Amino acid sequence: MDQIFQWIAAHQEMIYVVVLMIFVGIEVIGRVPSVLHTPLMSGANAIHGVVIIGAIIVMGKAEEGNVLALVLGFLAVVLGTLNVVGGFVVTDRMLEMFKKKK
Amino acid sequence: MELNLLVLCYLIGSITFIVGLKMLSNPASARNGNLIAAFGMLIAIVGTIFLYEENGQKLGNYAWIFAALFIGTIAGTLMAKRVQMTAMPEMVSLFNGMGGACAALISVIEFRHLIHAGDPSLLNQTSLLIIMLGLIIGSVSFAGSMIAWGKLNGSIKDFAFKGQHIINIVLLLLTLLLAANNVLNRPAQLELFFYGVVVLALIYGIFFVLPIGGADMPVVISLLNSFTGVAAACGGFLYDNKVMLTGGILVGAAGTLLTILMCKAMNRSLQNVLIGSFGGSAVAGGGAQLGGTYKEVTLSDAAVVMSYANKVMIVPGYGLAVAQAQHVCHELEKTLEAKGVEVKYAIHPVAGRMPGHMNVLLAEADVSYEKLLEMEQANEEFKNTDVVLILGANDVVNPAAKSDPSSPIYGMPILEVEEAKHVIVNKRSMKPGYAGIENQLFFQPKTSMLFGDAKKALQDLLAEVRNL
Repeated sequence: MDQIFQWIAAHQEMIYVVVLMIFVGIEVIGRVPSVLHTPLMSGANAIHGVVIIGAIIVMGKAEEGNVLALVLGFLAVVLGTLNVVGGFVVTDRMLEMFKKKK
Repeated sequence: MELNLLVLCYLIGSITFIVGLKMLSNPASARNGNLIAAFGMLIAIVGTIFLYEENGQKLGNYAWIFAALFIGTIAGTLMAKRVQMTAMPEMVSLFNGMGGACAALISVIEFRHLIHAGDPSLLNQTSLLIIMLGLIIGSVSFAGSMIAWGKLNGSIKDFAFKGQHIINIVLLLLTLLLAANNVLNRPAQLELFFYGVVVLALIYGIFFVLPIGGADMPVVISLLNSFTGVAAACGGFLYDNKVMLTGGILVGAAGTLLTILMCKAMNRSLQNVLIGSFGGSAVAGGGAQLGGTYKEVTLSDAAVVMSYANKVMIVPGYGLAVAQAQHVCHELEKTLEAKGVEVKYAIHPVAGRMPGHMNVLLAEADVSYEKLLEMEQANEEFKNTDVVLILGANDVVNPAAKSDPSSPIYGMPILEVEEAKHVIVNKRSMKPGYAGIENQLFFQPKTSMLFGDAKKALQDLLAEVRNL
């Protein structure tokens, strides 16, 4: 039990961020009209591409001689970039069609 | 100084994600919202490449990083630019799978890095727990998204067998138990067991999505989307990286809410969607005894009925998307309006393959925003509607959802088109829709069928209307 408390105390900042972000995430899209469900899903899909930052970090830390780590890291960065770039471009293409007409 | 600058980059990134998502939920600001989030992402990425350091050590391997970024950017842009509007949902699923795979790979590399570092204290229990979580969620999301992608583009068929749910639960439990054992007891063959978890999680991801019917795919993609968000957040926890943490959790929470909203639109619980095996095993359950005679309508009759109506309601479905008939549809709408007919569109929240699919499609054809009615509004107006024109929609207008408790879609809110005076249904054939159930609507006296590809049929219909 004590261990759990210690763990919480040691990571309290992270835990705060997680809890607050959950509420922000729910609040932010709470009133979305159904028209925008698809672009919203696609936009959120692009945003979780932020995982690419982790990929860049592991890639940048890989030792020169460690070929397997380099190859896996390379793959991770490629996949992450696909997620980010593809996600934002697809969303933009969808939203382009919503442009105002008067 | 440089590290503080990086913190600022991440702060900007996090804020743009929140603002971007907020703007994405309003039609007027959505496009800018997307661009703002993309801009924040760019800042976070560039900042990471040039400013990140760990124990005073900057990142290396720039050639590899830039080569990978280059390849990913070119491939991603090309794929996203070339994809047809009809294939958008698949594309989102594919990109989502890429993100999941990326998260899983990070876990694998970080695990190998820590276990081979020589200093066992580096791999503490918290790190291992987070690595395991990112690994499992990322792998499930990757495998599941690939299956969803295959299902939507038709290369993978629904597949369900008896007892599949039991096997799924067993698989999930095995994965979690093995992972828990790795974290808590740290067995001697940790590395072997680690890869065991990868394999189990991938298999679970496949089996998780495989039995779910195609009609429920949007819900599944949205759920997997939020999974990937959580997997990304695990990376944030691991590297104490706030932008990954906030971005990931934000998407995790928003994605979960979106999933629930979608389920609500179908009046089903998430559990029901995931365990129901809709479309797979349920086909035999309802509607098999339905049938009867249907009548066809000629193009000229259809044109006459519509031209002399006061109010026409168009119900678009997946058939419209497949045929890319949205532009002809808009032409027909304008021609009818010129003849003094009031034309509106009734949009079922889950028409097509994704919520909002029809809205995007019709927006592409310049159909004005005010003409699109949501389900509740539309259902009030059907009573005063003379002609309903159904274009390739089926399950969302199936009256069995209201009247037949044995039907697998019983309880789903539908567009009550049978309230209107005439119903004209355009379909390619009498084959049942995506859920695999017959539709009694087609056999009702007020319904007439107009067979053919939606684009061809609409072009012919448009010509007839103009000739009147």
